[in-house]
Amino acid sequence: MWIYEKKLQYKVKIKNPNPKMAKYIITQYGGPDGELAASLRYLSQRYHMPIPEAKAVLNDIGTEELAHFEMVGSMVYQLMKGASTEEIKEADAGGYFADHDRAVYPSTGTGVPFTAAYIQSKGDPIADLHEDLAAEQKARATYENLIKLADDPDVIDPLRFLRQREVVHFQRFGEVLEKVEEYLNSKKYF
Amino acid sequence: MNVRQELLNQIRAIEFMTVELNLYLDTHPCDMRALKEYNMYTQQLMTLKAQYERQYGPLSNFGTALNQGMSWRWIEEPWPWEQDHWMEGCENVDL
Ligand SMILES: [Fe+2]
Repeated sequence: MWIYEKKLQYKVKIKNPNPKMAKYIITQYGGPDGELAASLRYLSQRYHMPIPEAKAVLNDIGTEELAHFEMVGSMVYQLMKGASTEEIKEADAGGYFADHDRAVYPSTGTGVPFTAAYIQSKGDPIADLHEDLAAEQKARATYENLIKLADDPDVIDPLRFLRQREVVHFQRFGEVLEKVEEYLNSKKYF
Repeated sequence: MNVRQELLNQIRAIEFMTVELNLYLDTHPCDMRALKEYNMYTQQLMTLKAQYERQYGPLSNFGTALNQGMSWRWIEEPWPWEQDHWMEGCENVDL
């Protein structure tokens, strides 16, 4: 089971509302390379991992991604909170506002709702781990794009933290892939 | 910086070490140095969390932390994503 901890993994405290930035960042909440997709992908794939190290890494990174999901949701919440409808209109976030007011809804920056079609759970550990490595690189690239779009240090700081975590996750998945390949090769007798 | 914020930042910093070591140990389960460090940071984290929870209420629920006080402290605001309450009364409290 999971236990909730009543704190964020890393500080999110954004003083100035910015609906435009909220609209950009929401993709890491419900977009193709976002934290929800990452978490669901790893937590679903873990059942079919053949060795203990692989089960543990997918379980634990899948769990950490949920903490990132909460950080991104908090960023969007704080960026939308207190924004006037005038500011929302100016930020071209009126489409989002019409559907969701200032609420946090899992979608891309262009309004495409979250879908499990972003992820795969193939039952083939080698295929799944290659997807996971790619997913971490795509998330890293998305955070780098978001950092380029941001100018508020309150926003950039947590984005940098999240970017760095993707780099660490990529490293761990690489080690797991090597171990799984070793294990599968050792089982072949022909 | 107020005491609550400082304590929480300390908890986050130590917890970050335990998360990092945890993921590392998942793929290096026999690294004795990392094992020792993991236990050391975990010990520190437990002490800090107990200290925080005595003053500011439980960090986790479902039987993983005691409720200390005469009411159910779990529902006390602010929740981690909120910042409004930081302004009223307890300034600069971050979660
Ligand atoms: Fe990740």
